[in-house]
Amino acid sequence: MTTIFGVPTQALFGQLLLGLINGSFYAILSLGLAIIFGLLNIINFAHGALYMMGAFVAWMLLTYVGLGYWWALGLAPLVVGVFGVVLERVLIARLYKLDHLYGLLLTFGLALIIQGLFRNQYGVSGLPYAIPAELSGGQRLPFMFLPNYRAWVVVASLTVCIATWLVIEKTKLGAYLRAATENPTLVQAFGVNVPLFLTLTYGFGVALAGFAGVLAAPIYSVNPNMGADIIIVVFAVVVIGGMGSIIGSVITGFALGLVEGLTKVFYPEASATVIFVIMVLVLLVKPAGLFGRTA
Amino acid sequence: MADTAAIDVAPIAAALPTRRDDKALHRMIFVGIALLLIAAPLVLYPVYLMKVLCFALFALAFNLLLGYGGLLSFGHAAYFGMASYLCAYTAKSLGFTPELAILAGTATAALFGLVFGSLAIRRQGIYFSMITLALAQMAFFFSLQAKFTGGEDGIQAVPRGYLFGVFSLADDRAMYGLVCVVFMVGMLLIYRIIHSPFGQVLKAIRDNEPRAISLGYRANQYKLAVFVLSATLAGLAGSTKAIVFQLASLTDVHWSMSGEVVLMTLVGGMGTVFGPIVGALVIVTMETYLAQFGAWVTIIQGCVFVLCVLLFREGIVGLIARIIRKPL
Repeated sequence: MTTIFGVPTQALFGQLLLGLINGSFYAILSLGLAIIFGLLNIINFAHGALYMMGAFVAWMLLTYVGLGYWWALGLAPLVVGVFGVVLERVLIARLYKLDHLYGLLLTFGLALIIQGLFRNQYGVSGLPYAIPAELSGGQRLPFMFLPNYRAWVVVASLTVCIATWLVIEKTKLGAYLRAATENPTLVQAFGVNVPLFLTLTYGFGVALAGFAGVLAAPIYSVNPNMGADIIIVVFAVVVIGGMGSIIGSVITGFALGLVEGLTKVFYPEASATVIFVIMVLVLLVKPAGLFGRTA
Repeated sequence: MADTAAIDVAPIAAALPTRRDDKALHRMIFVGIALLLIAAPLVLYPVYLMKVLCFALFALAFNLLLGYGGLLSFGHAAYFGMASYLCAYTAKSLGFTPELAILAGTATAALFGLVFGSLAIRRQGIYFSMITLALAQMAFFFSLQAKFTGGEDGIQAVPRGYLFGVFSLADDRAMYGLVCVVFMVGMLLIYRIIHSPFGQVLKAIRDNEPRAISLGYRANQYKLAVFVLSATLAGLAGSTKAIVFQLASLTDVHWSMSGEVVLMTLVGGMGTVFGPIVGALVIVTMETYLAQFGAWVTIIQGCVFVLCVLLFREGIVGLIARIIRKPL
């Protein structure tokens, strides 16, 4: 068996792939956070809870309605997105005139409620969600075994991230969005319905979280707590990347996933904390974040 | 505006200057609290009272940072929890007397506050909150993996020991006396800090940081100082709690503990002197009575968060202060 630095290549590439998968989730989630923060000036603490909700909607669609994975991939983000739109209209929209830290507190409360409700209903042990038949099995590559579903997760999340980036950077809608991020008052004066924009942006951002949840459902079991831990890591990712650049948050997400995977191979004890350690280092060297504009 | 302004807290309470008769009022409230503390164990269960007092001190320490420094830390469980671990460890494994164990825990929290604080104040606003949360999560994983913390079990059966090596704290009433003293000292210290020249500069920085800097104040040094003070006092609360309940566990360092102290301060009134005490009383009481409903506690906490942020931002004491038109 071939080894690199004393580690079997199978294990090394296996962990790197796992890292890449975690990185996919970090990327989609931090992308959503960055878009929401850019326009709404709110850090969406409920993002993790809505990611969890995406996974649960997929599970419910399968269990109660009998709709499989591919339906869930389209419907769950839609459900979560609509839920987000309602949240924004009913609750979050009342806070725009206040200090943005109230938004953090409000969404933290929402996260507690959503997680608590699911925990009450489904317990904390986690529910299984099968990998769709089309994506079961895997490819035997020269250096490792590549499960099809994991390859799909990486491809799907990359596609979604790049598509989102293209929409924001290259389309007229994206141009409005960027303009509204810079100066909402002026954009409103030009006749763009900014409040509607805010609502849809929040809906879209959380729909991304829901999408990530569906992708995650077959890999991790569907668990009410799955969002709580990942959101803190994603916050660290966001601090490291800085929220100034869309593509920056995507790159940071994937890169940190890989670093986490590598740490699992070479020093497993530190794998839970490595991202936080990197955050500390980045704060010491470049406080504004790798892709951040000056604070 | 994303990254500049500090949180805008309790504008009513802040707008009114503290006059001499206000100080007299505060003094009367302090005496009232002391009398209540003496009378309370006749009616109420001392362990419940001690829990309220520990959390009240924790919330007071947190409010010093949020209400007067304008800095929303989402990771105060780190200082509370690490102090509680160190206190429990020194008392149980090294045989420290309770007052030395509490000091050891408090010093640990001060050290963590210094390190984490100097990192977190490099960013402002929302980023500050996210950094403190992430650093606290790091402390959580450290506690989960380190040997001396006992992992999932925590440190159990911590001896209450003999105060100064003489007075046994095994009896709840003796323990209650010590907790009362710790609480009163902590509260009066925080009151003194708020009303000192240091506290005035702090409020100036909270309200308008660029202006305070242009007046020649080194805002970052003030922020770090208040961060360390707040972490230290949170550690004092955590250490005391470890001795009272003879337990230090992962609950104390978990992010939900950080959320809880934010909630207490919010309910009681951010930026008020007495708000956090009322908030701690309300939340601890709520949790004690709702404990039988299990996961509903989290849901209700979440609802209280949402309602407070939307409808009741001044908090209980903030509301009273507005009605009687005096800063509390």
